[in-house]
Amino acid sequence: MVQDLLLPILKHEQKKSGYISEAAIKRISIQTGIPVSRIFGVATFYSMFHTKPQGKNMIEVCHGPSCHLNGSFNVLKSLYKSLKIKPGETTKDKKFSLHTCSCIGCCDKGPAMLLNGKQYTLLDETKLKAIIKKCRS
Amino acid sequence: MRITVGLATCGISAGGIPVFETLKKELDCKVEKVGCIGMCHNEPIVTVSDDKTYIYGNVTKDNVDKIIRAVKDKKPCAELLIANDINELEFYKKQKRLVTENCGVINPLDLDQYKDAGGYSGLQNAVKLQPEQVIQNITDSGLRGRGGAGFPTGMKWKFISGKKGKKYLICNGDEGDPGAFMNRLVMESDPFKMIEGMTIGAYATGADEGIIYTRAEYPLAIQTLEIAIQTAYKENLLGKDILGKGFNFDLRIQKGAGAFVCGEETALINSIEGKRGSPRPRPPYPAEKGLYGKPTVVNNVGTWAHVATIMKMGAKEYAKIGTAKTKGTKVICLTGHIKRTGVIEVPIGTKLKEIIFDIGGGCPDGTKFKALLSGGPAGGCIPEDKLDTPLDFEPLQELGAIMGSGGLVVINDKSCMVDVAKYFMNFTQEESCGKCTPCREGTKRLLEMLQSITRGAGKPGDIEKIEKLSNFVRDNSLCGLGQNAPNPILSTLRYFRQEYDAHITDKACPAKACLDLVSYHITEHCKGCGNCEKHCPTKAITGKLKERFFIDQEKCIKCGVCFENCAFKAIEKR
Amino acid sequence: MISLKINNIDVKGKEGDMILDVAKRYGIDIPHFCKNDRLERIGACRICVVEAKGQQKLIASCCTPIREGMEINTHSRRVMEARRTNMELLLANHDLNCVTCKKNLSCKLQRYAEEMMIDEITFSGDKRLYEVDHSSISIRRDNNKCILCGQCTRICNDIQTVNAIGIQNRGFHNKIAPPFGMNMHESACVNCGQCVIACPTGALTEKSDIQGVIDALRSDKFLIAQTAPSIRATLGECFGMPPGTPVTGKMVTALREAGFDKVFDTDLAADICIIEEATEFIKRFKENKDLPLITTCCPAWIKFGEQFFFEELHHMSSCRSPQAIMASLIKTYYAEKIGKKPEDIVLVDIMPCTAKKFEIKRPEFTGEADFVLTTVELGKLFKLLNVDFINLEESDFDNPLGESTGAAAIFGHTGGVMEAALRTAADWLTGEDLKEIDYKKIRSMDTLKEAELTIGGKQIKACVVHTLGEARRLLEQIRQGTCPYHFIEIMACYGGCIGGGGQPLPTDKERLIKRTKALIDEDEHKDIRKSHHNKSAIKLYKEYLGDFGGKKAHKLLHTEYYKRDYV
Repeated sequence: MVQDLLLPILKHEQKKSGYISEAAIKRISIQTGIPVSRIFGVATFYSMFHTKPQGKNMIEVCHGPSCHLNGSFNVLKSLYKSLKIKPGETTKDKKFSLHTCSCIGCCDKGPAMLLNGKQYTLLDETKLKAIIKKCRS
Repeated sequence: MRITVGLATCGISAGGIPVFETLKKELDCKVEKVGCIGMCHNEPIVTVSDDKTYIYGNVTKDNVDKIIRAVKDKKPCAELLIANDINELEFYKKQKRLVTENCGVINPLDLDQYKDAGGYSGLQNAVKLQPEQVIQNITDSGLRGRGGAGFPTGMKWKFISGKKGKKYLICNGDEGDPGAFMNRLVMESDPFKMIEGMTIGAYATGADEGIIYTRAEYPLAIQTLEIAIQTAYKENLLGKDILGKGFNFDLRIQKGAGAFVCGEETALINSIEGKRGSPRPRPPYPAEKGLYGKPTVVNNVGTWAHVATIMKMGAKEYAKIGTAKTKGTKVICLTGHIKRTGVIEVPIGTKLKEIIFDIGGGCPDGTKFKALLSGGPAGGCIPEDKLDTPLDFEPLQELGAIMGSGGLVVINDKSCMVDVAKYFMNFTQEESCGKCTPCREGTKRLLEMLQSITRGAGKPGDIEKIEKLSNFVRDNSLCGLGQNAPNPILSTLRYFRQEYDAHITDKACPAKACLDLVSYHITEHCKGCGNCEKHCPTKAITGKLKERFFIDQEKCIKCGVCFENCAFKAIEKR
Repeated sequence: MISLKINNIDVKGKEGDMILDVAKRYGIDIPHFCKNDRLERIGACRICVVEAKGQQKLIASCCTPIREGMEINTHSRRVMEARRTNMELLLANHDLNCVTCKKNLSCKLQRYAEEMMIDEITFSGDKRLYEVDHSSISIRRDNNKCILCGQCTRICNDIQTVNAIGIQNRGFHNKIAPPFGMNMHESACVNCGQCVIACPTGALTEKSDIQGVIDALRSDKFLIAQTAPSIRATLGECFGMPPGTPVTGKMVTALREAGFDKVFDTDLAADICIIEEATEFIKRFKENKDLPLITTCCPAWIKFGEQFFFEELHHMSSCRSPQAIMASLIKTYYAEKIGKKPEDIVLVDIMPCTAKKFEIKRPEFTGEADFVLTTVELGKLFKLLNVDFINLEESDFDNPLGESTGAAAIFGHTGGVMEAALRTAADWLTGEDLKEIDYKKIRSMDTLKEAELTIGGKQIKACVVHTLGEARRLLEQIRQGTCPYHFIEIMACYGGCIGGGGQPLPTDKERLIKRTKALIDEDEHKDIRKSHHNKSAIKLYKEYLGDFGGKKAHKLLHTEYYKRDYV
């Protein structure tokens, strides 16, 4: 039952390299005997795995209902304004990647997001601008 | 003296860690981390117990010195005090804390504290009985699965206990419903309870291997569980020959990787096996052919925790709580437009309005209640006139909602119900695994139709088309995700159809929430201060000082900045 | 037995039977896309839903077992409406270019749309749009026509264990393709075409060579056709004849009418192939070297071996496939005989198989065969050229490459090559003309079959496998040194060549059995049923090739294999 180790292996790879490359999948295939197409199928199924290189800063905007009702779409809009990327995309300078994520448990302080795993709550345009500026410098 | 700081995910996100560090540094007494007591709206919470107990809320690194001073002076800190006993609070008066009794009270990693609070007496009671008697106890307690459809737990166990050979127990901790985090709370705040529950299950069913499948988005829960499992192994509460009773049970954690559909039991099994998390057709049910083709019981975190509670308090006592058809309590997550967000535990049968108004305190900021969404993206919206309904599987189903895992999202009158339906459809559409046609193609078309309505491009006949397709997706999809995906649409159509009509016929959003159907106008209350002009990002506002300003609708991007910044309330949303 | 009612008819079935299968036995056809009897039931397409009394939701009949007392309605108003909506959803994400589609008039999606009288698609919106993948020599992949039933990938992964394509992404963006956005040519695809015969739509089709053949037919070149053993048992189906109708004579006449100057029989090359292979086997068996010997008639298997088991290539017979033997003989021996330059001859192979298109493009076969047409393509060519196939007179193959034996006839089904080889090897090893020549044990549809014979106190253990997954299991044994056999036949396709990727649809087990029977009948009615008794073949050796397994024979009839990288 090598296959049941696949998720942990991919997770390790994702953490180590920031994404799961073609070379990594081929290597994992040789190590585990699981065919490449199957690993690729698994890697593209789960949203925590990325098969393309990600930006240096990973922004994950909470998409839970509390955040939605409190305006998470405005957060995405503001981020689009300053970064020109939509969820799932990476900036040309490879500095930022933007994703939406499921509830991060800040329901009483929405809209919220994670920047490189750190929580930022009660977001508005001014706050976001400052955060992005800080990352850029 | 014992000081505890609530440091579950919610406490940490509210800034609890610096509070904890400061207290530890400054005070010469036992300062401990505990889990979450459920009052997310008051986090971070610090409890000081001496002769008397003082519960302080909204403690931050800036005001924690006040508590330090109070402790040193042996006085209460009135400014931050919320209660001396949680039961004084409206939030707790109608609660009945069984499963969450230890949450926010004991140190989740301290097995002795768990045992002192009566922990593992359930397992002790169980092993005094024959396995089939334990199953009978669970059956007698009337426990129904807390994850989805409410299948009787005892019956599920009985099914696999008769099977020979390898068997598995799975704890479904893949809590993906947006706005639901009660499982996280239990895993973070009282991990031994569900481990105990699973051990009882292992004894009763003869399964010797268990897996806790949990979302990878819950790092703290995973870490807590890992330590708790290690501790249980050390104390012979897991592993070989548990308590010297000759039964074995190995338990491990498997982390998900971000797929809501893995909450469906057969998809979860595929995910544990390292495959794409697509559901399998049932039958065969997991009890027949589950993990690696072996008989498997899948119960959710709540259910396993209830098992420990039942074996501790006795099936008869437990069965006294609840309704005729469903026994016990239900842990619920209260979020959305509500004053007191948090996790609560109430007896099954508690009326919805008691939960929202008495426990939750109703909608905040003077807004009015509009709807309650029960059951997350698979649930339905319940209007105000149906809030007399008791919280239970069947009554909620009759309303077109479900109890589901227990997420209640309160929606106020500033929200558009078409937009709410669109939001949830967007969620399920993105989370659909794509295996079966109705869910893959159907949810996409439903979403597109809702998008067109909220954009003002709806046509007469769209509602009927949406209704027909919703019924199709509900009746034809392979798994629960697809079958329940149209519930938010069908329930909003049932109770809020006029809002759909307004979008389509009048091209208007009654709640003024759908941006494409809203426009901003400057009324005669304008004093001509020019503040709006300064704030407008697209230079859509022009005018002469001391005269009424004007918004060019062509240029306006409806960002609402002018509306928020007008000191004279002279800007109107239409 | 379990009793239930389907459409108010009392029916019975065994425990574990699915509703759809029971209904079929009683003449009730329920539409289905993702069901395939050789694959696990996944209940994905939901077009097979039926209504069960007392159940609120519709149930997928392909994967719901029958229960006592069930009352099923397969065509209630609700069911029909659901199927219609399902079809509309599929069609809303389809390119709908039926008229220019290769599967036009043989497409299941189209058939159901017609049967359900779908005259309007009420849904519109985003469509998944893809570039068509023309890269493969054998298979054309057009995801714009894919309905994601998943049969192709499950065949490729679970049955063939090639894993060239897989399902990727999630939800609406699901897609079946080789990994990393690679095309089919770069993938591990072995061109077997089992995905093509499984595909209910035009998403996977064979790469067409019809136009090239037409151009050649209308040129002043000398046109030769060779027809593989299995074609005569399946071509009739392209013209509505019942499965298993032998059409050898009509096929030959039709090819002549279409404009071929000569029509030769690949069966002769099959006999030669047996002579060479049996020679090779006896040598290795006597020396006890490089055993087991594995047959190499199947080009999909060869690529599979080169990719996944290159360190075991020495087990493969160096003998070419009958197609390649015939091609070699035509462009050397026959060209010399009629005094033509090889490049003035255009050789068209009529093959059951998409992988043969790949085989003729192998560098070592350059300049030999020019085109491969599959059975289905040949049927289309005849229709295009207005050949009235059904009413044609029968005629014989041309000489000198037209005579064949019963042993060659059975090459077309699983076990046939081994049976033919054993007939010859047994005769040669005993030095007798044996009368017991039927190896019935290896004629079944089981994917692994064994035969044993004892000659002079020595036991020969033979094994026949079809499907590459079964082959993989055997090769793993060889790799580990635990394989008990001396002689192995491997065919990539289920049923052998009669189940090839270029055969008429549908290719199901029932039809495969009928096609097999046609070939066995042909064998049994032949006067000569052993390859080494083929007079034309013997003459050919005497006149041109020299000794069996000799130097010239090796040059013209044998080949080499290479290690191949794969993804």
